[in-house]
Amino acid sequence: MDPNIIREEEIEQLLAGLLDLYGYDFTNYARASLRRRINRIMIVDKLPSFAELFYKIKSDPAYLKHFVAEVTVNVTEMFRDPQVYATIRREVLPVLATYPFIRIWHAGCATGEEVYSMAILLEESGLLHKSLLYATDLNHNMVEQVRSGIFPMRHMKQYSENYIAAGGKQDFSQYYTAKYDRAVFSSTLRKKLIVATHNLVSDSSFNEFQMIFCRNVLIYFDKTLQEKVLQLLDNSLEQRGFLVLGTKENLRFSAIAPGYLPLAPKDKIWRKRQ
Amino acid sequence: MAQTTVGIRTVLVVGGSAGSLDPVLQIVGALPADTDAAIVIVVHRKAGSDSILSNLLAAKTSLPVKEVEDKDPVLTGHIFLAPPDYHLLFENRNYFALDASEKINYSRPSIDVTFESAAAAFGSTVVGVLLSGANADGAEGLAAIRNAGGLTLVQDPATAEVYYMPQQAILLGAAGQVVHKDQLPARLAALLRRQP
Ligand SMILES: C[S@@+](CC[C@H](N)C(=O)[O-])C[C@H]1O[C@@H](n2cnc3c(N)ncnc32)[C@H](O)[C@@H]1O
Repeated sequence: MDPNIIREEEIEQLLAGLLDLYGYDFTNYARASLRRRINRIMIVDKLPSFAELFYKIKSDPAYLKHFVAEVTVNVTEMFRDPQVYATIRREVLPVLATYPFIRIWHAGCATGEEVYSMAILLEESGLLHKSLLYATDLNHNMVEQVRSGIFPMRHMKQYSENYIAAGGKQDFSQYYTAKYDRAVFSSTLRKKLIVATHNLVSDSSFNEFQMIFCRNVLIYFDKTLQEKVLQLLDNSLEQRGFLVLGTKENLRFSAIAPGYLPLAPKDKIWRKRQ
Repeated sequence: MAQTTVGIRTVLVVGGSAGSLDPVLQIVGALPADTDAAIVIVVHRKAGSDSILSNLLAAKTSLPVKEVEDKDPVLTGHIFLAPPDYHLLFENRNYFALDASEKINYSRPSIDVTFESAAAAFGSTVVGVLLSGANADGAEGLAAIRNAGGLTLVQDPATAEVYYMPQQAILLGAAGQVVHKDQLPARLAALLRRQP
């Protein structure tokens, strides 16, 4: 793929347009990756020039949605990095169990596989009845997906293996009903989800949580935006609360780091100090 | 021509797939302790394969070896390893960036992604090396390095455990030099040694 179909000035013009016209602010997304995404969209959508791309974004609301969904990376899976969930099961759930009421926020949840994974852990520990899982993402169509609890059947074998690697002892298939090529997850798991669109760049803190997941979202932001979003997460986390980042993300460059203790450094789980 | 340019080499990027472990270890083992270049290695490997490879590399060199985390600084005299299941990019000359988007050439990390990003960030000061492999990944990226004026070396396919990957690069005209496996380590060491 030619990394230079779109010029730097054109990216600037596009980002300014998205912000002015629609309020989507991608200006502080990590530029190397963003440039790749935009190039890829132009190739896949067979757009010969930047002018054409810009015109479609300005004039076609359906295309705008498509563009935003494609420019952000939505790859996810259930029990992604199984050892992280094993650690949560072993070290975090016993603490959460002592609270009368558990609020968890999945920021940048994509299609929700992460949220359902956590709901399964809570259910197996007898904690789901007193939990609420807030699942938010920038993309509206993702959010619809989370609500439906329907995932492609072809992924279930992999997810079942991840579940076992994460310490799962049950039969994973009990959590869904197979309908042709789709796995429909049980309403028990769905009942405790609160699903909404939320933009980490422009929306503010909306609650206090005992646990926040923000995994594989910060890697797409530059250092300035990472810091701003980490502040937002910090403001949304109770004292002694747990913060879970992606396995290649780190708190250590951030100003909020001194307020946190590493609980499981490899798993990127921190606990907020008192 | 770019291939005869002498001067500061800021980054060495090495890509390989099937059959590349041995040449990678030999190259790393021969790296000079005094170099002003950052060394970046992208090899195809299984997700979750953990720290085995970094340990193998660290046993061969006195240079620090690190599997990259997001926004890690690009440091001279360090060896950086692309983590499994992420594409490794240069955000600019100072920082790495990771990206977990679609596989490219059935691969994540993809060698093309890192090579193209190195060419964009560092231009003619890049040295790109493509080793043994059974996949076409890396050839286009190596061409991007060559087009940006960087120096490109390809393992002689006749000396590669799997000839396909280096051959693709040669067919694409991306190879500045085709080098016998046994000569690669010394050639790279000479290129990277600090200029007096
Ligand atoms: C790679 S997915 C991560 C999914 C899941 N957390 C995981 O680790 O598997 C990244 C998600 O971040 C979302 N995202 C990107 N920018 C965002 C923003 N400004 N606010 C909220 N979500 C955002 C994208 O829409 C995408 O769904």
